[in-house]
Amino acid sequence: MAIYQALLELADDHLVLGHRISEWCGHAPMLEEDLAMPNMALDLIGTSRTLYEHAGELEGKGQSEDDLAYLRGERDYRNCLLVERPNEDFAHTMLRQLYFAAFMYPYWIAAEKSSDEVVRGVAGKAQKEMAYHIRHAGEWVIRLGDGTDESATRMREAVDALSIYVDELFDSSPAAQEAEAAGVLPKRADLRAEWDKTIAQVFDEALLTLPAVPFAQRGGREGLHDEGLGHLLAEMQSVYRAHPGARW
Amino acid sequence: MVNTTPLWEVFIRPRNGLAHKHVGSLHAADEIMALQAARDVYTRRGEGNSVWVVPSAAITASDPDQAEENFEPTGDKIYRHPTFYEIPEEVGNM
Repeated sequence: MAIYQALLELADDHLVLGHRISEWCGHAPMLEEDLAMPNMALDLIGTSRTLYEHAGELEGKGQSEDDLAYLRGERDYRNCLLVERPNEDFAHTMLRQLYFAAFMYPYWIAAEKSSDEVVRGVAGKAQKEMAYHIRHAGEWVIRLGDGTDESATRMREAVDALSIYVDELFDSSPAAQEAEAAGVLPKRADLRAEWDKTIAQVFDEALLTLPAVPFAQRGGREGLHDEGLGHLLAEMQSVYRAHPGARW
Repeated sequence: MVNTTPLWEVFIRPRNGLAHKHVGSLHAADEIMALQAARDVYTRRGEGNSVWVVPSAAITASDPDQAEENFEPTGDKIYRHPTFYEIPEEVGNM
């Protein structure tokens, strides 16, 4: 049951961020990014699907990936707070992506040693996707941070707004701790040095500094979310809730 | 006003051993962003394993008004086509 919960946390991170980026589809400032962002969204949603399906099987109560994605309310969602932050502008969107990918890349590399075959399978595929997300988001952060007065201002605002959600990435809930002890999932706290290194490299070129965070925001793993997640889920789940059991 | 996202031409090699082929164009701030955009726009369905991007401004094109003098003189020189040789069967498809 703990492993089921821990997999749900991981799947929720990917689905919520995937949905957030997909909100840019049709609204990006240029055609090239209008394709790049759905590409990243589909990477994340694809990973979440495999994790939900596997979690449902481990739970053994017949819950499908659709049931898990579309029939849980925001208090049942266990994603970290970073991934549900609104898109705001390109600075926020790309920094959020960089923060998350810089965490997930070493996570999946470590997960190649998982005792769980499905997790190992996801790890092999997802680490390549995360390597690209780091590159793509990182190059944007560099260009916006070291760009015009306005882009640099917006980039600094994004850093101030999002950095308070970073520490939560490295916390392990009781469920995650059990999954880590069982060798199913990597220990989140161990990934901090790698994350710091990736961000430092990008920030150095982007002329940005990571602020000290005296009071980090936490609560996502206990189901305590910002109001925005409710709106996101309402939109994402509306079709399935209007047509329960619908298949596509 | 400076054009912050100039045009780039995209070339993709579908497989090892084949040549890069022109597939289209895109706008990007610089060569790194152009390569990423090319990957995102033109390789979503497994189209290739190598991408080139070239600034469109770097391409010199032939003048359409000179098309007749450029290309028509070859029309009657059929002896340049390799169709006058007998190819031994052992060679197979050329």
